[in-house]
Amino acid sequence: MLEKYLILSAILFSIGTLGVLIRRNAIVIFMCVEMMLNAVNLTFIALSKHLGNIDGQVFVFFVMTVAAAEAAVGLALMIAFFKNRESIDVEDINVMKL
Amino acid sequence: METLVMPAINFAAIMPETILSIVAMVLLLLNVFVPGEQKAYLAYLSLIGIVVAFFSVVSGWNAPLPMQEGFNGSVLQDNFSLFFKAIFLISAGLAVLISDHYMVKEECNYGELYPLILFATAGMMLMASGTDLMTIFLGLEVLSVSLYVLAGYNRSNIKSNEAGLKYFLLGAFSTGFLLYGMALTYGATGTTKIAKIASAAALDATLSSNPMFVVGMLLMAVGFSFKIAAAPFHMWTPDVYEGAPTPMTAFMSAGPKAAGFAAFIRVLMVAMPTLKADWSDLLWILAVLTMTVGNIIALSQNNIKRMLAYSSIAHAGYALVGFTAGNGEGTAGILFYMLSYAFMNIGAFAIIILVGKKGEPNNNVEDYAGFGVKHPVLAMIMALFLFSLAGMPPTAGFVGKFYLFSAALKSGYVWLVVIGVLNSAASCYYYLRVMVYMYMKDPVEEFDWMKLSPAIWASIAISAVGVIVPGIVPSIILQLAQKAILL
Amino acid sequence: MLGAYLPIIVLVTIAILFGLGSLIFSSLIGPKKPSEVKLAPYECGCEPVGSARERFSIKFYIIAMLFILFDIEAVFLYPWAVVFKKFIAAGLGPFILAEMGVFIVILFVGYIYVWKKGALEWE
Repeated sequence: MLEKYLILSAILFSIGTLGVLIRRNAIVIFMCVEMMLNAVNLTFIALSKHLGNIDGQVFVFFVMTVAAAEAAVGLALMIAFFKNRESIDVEDINVMKL
Repeated sequence: METLVMPAINFAAIMPETILSIVAMVLLLLNVFVPGEQKAYLAYLSLIGIVVAFFSVVSGWNAPLPMQEGFNGSVLQDNFSLFFKAIFLISAGLAVLISDHYMVKEECNYGELYPLILFATAGMMLMASGTDLMTIFLGLEVLSVSLYVLAGYNRSNIKSNEAGLKYFLLGAFSTGFLLYGMALTYGATGTTKIAKIASAAALDATLSSNPMFVVGMLLMAVGFSFKIAAAPFHMWTPDVYEGAPTPMTAFMSAGPKAAGFAAFIRVLMVAMPTLKADWSDLLWILAVLTMTVGNIIALSQNNIKRMLAYSSIAHAGYALVGFTAGNGEGTAGILFYMLSYAFMNIGAFAIIILVGKKGEPNNNVEDYAGFGVKHPVLAMIMALFLFSLAGMPPTAGFVGKFYLFSAALKSGYVWLVVIGVLNSAASCYYYLRVMVYMYMKDPVEEFDWMKLSPAIWASIAISAVGVIVPGIVPSIILQLAQKAILL
Repeated sequence: MLGAYLPIIVLVTIAILFGLGSLIFSSLIGPKKPSEVKLAPYECGCEPVGSARERFSIKFYIIAMLFILFDIEAVFLYPWAVVFKKFIAAGLGPFILAEMGVFIVILFVGYIYVWKKGALEWE
């Protein structure tokens, strides 16, 4: 049973990673990051159940709160960026170049 | 109903973090309750907090083991973490000193800066003393979330917006990898405690060939490499360093980099010594790539903040050389180097702040033409910092590099040291280029800064002392560093 | 054994009766004067006109951000509440209560900050 959960979370994590690399909208990219974090949460829960050890569940609580804090900060940064550029497309994050 | 046994708590183990957090919260409230545009008092109050926390760090030095451990083994305030905490507090203190002047000049003098610096510092401390993957993760996130805001602090400036957003997106992305690595390590060993991971791996020899454990280590290494800006995970660094407000660039390059090293060292050296064969190869590659990429790209940079960003990547590479060595000398070398790097880099950035005009139109190397004639004292101090960054005697930068490379030699990494020395020689070009402009070119325009604030002078003076004294008498700091290694 | 579930059954029954009752009674007793505005779908206080794909005001984002933060922090109250009785039994009640007090105070500092910054004011 554990394998199935681990495979599912690995697939979710990969979808999230691909999304970050492919998508262009900063909010969608952040949603993909959240998906990666939740894939990790699934891994933790499955392992916690399998090992009969509560640590994994405790970890998930912290990951959730941290993700919320990141979401708040991320949205704030996007709002600040949008006010100056009228866009949140990552193609427009380009003032500084090599 | 079974009764619970209270785990050992020991608040003394998180004293410095607690002090900084309380001061930060008080400042946050003061900032909204005290009206007025003048925010300098917040800077001085946060300095007081930093000094008090520093005393608490000093008083914890060499404490007996029961005094170090806290929260059921989640934090361990040993000499290793105390040394790092001192580095964080020094870089936070210097960053606070150089901030007020800059923030007034750039018209983004909102008071939240100081609480954010303090929260970030508390996060770094938690990372350094965390002995549970959970604590390390939380510390890292407290640090990162504060830094995302600090990078995008100048919210009306498009470059700062970009720096914040870019740092946030890539930082959150790398957190995903770090976390997945932690989850797999937990799955392989059944615990998140560093010491228990180590004992599980020591008891079960099959664990070191268990793909879950190895992949967990690799993913965590990716996450930490991002935080210390090691190539090929350095892509965010130049843009973020260039776009962020200069005092925050200085802070970011000193404190959080050291914090990344602290957690990275503890996880690999204490939790995963059984995988040493794997991770020392990995670190070897990371070190070579990081030094080379950082130095080569820095050669072609014209913006001085961007140049120092690539130079900071290269410096992470030098520290990785010491880490690759995997011995006590290497760790002591990293401790010494991170401390000297905080002084020399923040000092250099302090002078960049003084020279920079509003909106930073003049941060190019050419803008330093004739600086040596117009302002001989400042130019001399700048030259000192640049010499130290290039690793020339008699500065702290030289001594630090010497210890890092000799630790690697002792472990038999001759080629690594050769590459390191070649890189170090190449780096002289771009540091000396600034000096050529300062002393050998005629001034193009006036250097019209605002009236020099005593705080910036203090930070420059402290940094200069911090670069020269360990350069001439390295034994004082080195003896402390040797007592702080993890063995 | 089933007796333990009796209060829940009573609660569910009352809830269903109350819900249905208020709907039925209001449609029976209430006066009916329909107008265009009254028949329009409810959209949490906004003018219910125009396309639904319009850009939202940035104020929504700020409120949403603050909601997420305080909402998620409340998640820590649940595990605490579950084990609190065991800690009382172990004689550690006041200490554990004080610990949660510290947590709430920290949240409250954030709340006061948000409030004084004016982030909760709509205009």
